[in-house]
Amino acid sequence: MDALAEAFRLIFSLDADLFEILLLSIRVSLVALGISAVIGLPLGTYLAITKFPGRKFCTLLLNALMGMPPVVVGLMVYLLLSRSGPLGWMGLLYTPSAMIIAQVVLITPIIAALSNQVIENLYQEYSDTFYSMGVTGRRAILAYLVDARYALTTCILAGFGRAIAEVGAVIIVGGNIDHLTRVMTTAIALETSKGNLALALGLGAVLFVLSLLVNALVIGVREYAAKRQYA
Amino acid sequence: MLRSASMPNSLLPIRINDLRLVKGNRAVLGGLDLVIEESGITVIMGPNGAGKSLLLRCLHGLITPDCGAITLGSLAVANSRDEQAMVFQHPVLLRRTVLQNLAFAAPEIAKSAPRHLVQALESVNLADRADQPARMLSGGEQQRLALARALLSKPALLILDEATASLDPASVLLIESLVKTQSAMGTKVILVSHDQGQARRLADEIVFISNGQVAEQSSAKQFFTTPQTPVAKAYLAGEILF
Ligand SMILES: Nc1ncnc2c1ncn2[C@@H]1O[C@H](COP(=O)(O)OP(=O)(O)O)[C@@H](O)[C@H]1O
Ligand SMILES: [Mg+2]
Repeated sequence: MDALAEAFRLIFSLDADLFEILLLSIRVSLVALGISAVIGLPLGTYLAITKFPGRKFCTLLLNALMGMPPVVVGLMVYLLLSRSGPLGWMGLLYTPSAMIIAQVVLITPIIAALSNQVIENLYQEYSDTFYSMGVTGRRAILAYLVDARYALTTCILAGFGRAIAEVGAVIIVGGNIDHLTRVMTTAIALETSKGNLALALGLGAVLFVLSLLVNALVIGVREYAAKRQYA
Repeated sequence: MLRSASMPNSLLPIRINDLRLVKGNRAVLGGLDLVIEESGITVIMGPNGAGKSLLLRCLHGLITPDCGAITLGSLAVANSRDEQAMVFQHPVLLRRTVLQNLAFAAPEIAKSAPRHLVQALESVNLADRADQPARMLSGGEQQRLALARALLSKPALLILDEATASLDPASVLLIESLVKTQSAMGTKVILVSHDQGQARRLADEIVFISNGQVAEQSSAKQFFTTPQTPVAKAYLAGEILF
């Protein structure tokens, strides 16, 4: 119980260590999320509205990637970035950039697969009308993205939830180095194993609050959209 | 460009030759032949499942028939699509406001003459709903918006597939009146309707389809007074429930 009291003291005293870790977590996850959204949304949309041989296989691949254990993704990115790996010369291993790369690899399939489902449903509804109006190509992709904006927002939020909570991949490629690559989840893992439960609990509480916020946002977005028949 | 009834319609005559379409293992269009020469309003009638919608979809280029040829004026379907517009039974509107729905359909007009979009809304009695989410409109209002959207491109051919089925009477009448006006301005109109009253009000010509074939094609007057085929007679008498 002392640990719990200490945890809250750390949070409410705006403890520097805790907040450094929190900020890095958010920064890494947000940058990764931005990149993943830019890649994943058009990719999921393209796969949903374009017919080409191998499309089913691509969707299958996306869904398989989505279910991949983070430690495996971490391992792959580690091999890629390690000194002897193909991208070793960039010297990114054990930097925030490495964590961002790992998270992009993790989240892009999630965003692509979820948005693919969303857009596929919209495509069923819109395709005849778009064809009739002569809306094709990039204009169609953009229109699908715009019209699915609320559902896609919730896909992105799901991606953020996954990124911020993820530990396996970032610990492998980030190394959990104090003041450099230590994020909330890796810190919790380390501090717990060291017996420093206060910081671990404090970070755990922050993560819980973040998760609450993300889910509240999801519900809010859904309700806003439903009220306007925009869902 | 304004069309006028005296101007020749570039998509006429419409010639459909030996149109065949197999769905599953059934020929739903079985070598359908049809020539539509005259401007005005052609109403396509026929029992449910006769192939009316599929015919319209072939004409509009939404599906490619397994066999057969369609020409509109001197054009193939693919080359005539810019000059066609279609209104479906269930209007599909974007998840945007009423006005934005029109702007999306006609980006050039939205840029150069946004006033036209407001006028289009006025023509379907929706001017005061411009900034509302389009999908919150009632069924009749949604269909009126869909018609206004279809007319923005000033089509030479307007196709309506049961566009007024199950709408409120006021919307039906407004849509009918707009369709008539459009036809008078030179747009060729082809519409499918189960509503005999509507067919009588609108049709210059009736095409009666049964079993994926044209069973009868005649002037509206002749069709309703002296239908030539037993199947059309039965349909008019309400003996074929659709
Ligand atoms: N995608 C499809 N697959 C199988 N059968 C279809 C399909 N679309 C239409 N049909 C069949 O083709 C026939 C004609 O359909 P349709 O043109 O929609 O009839 P209607 O004259 O009522 O508009 C119907 O029997 C329908 O069941
Ligand atoms: Mg039909």
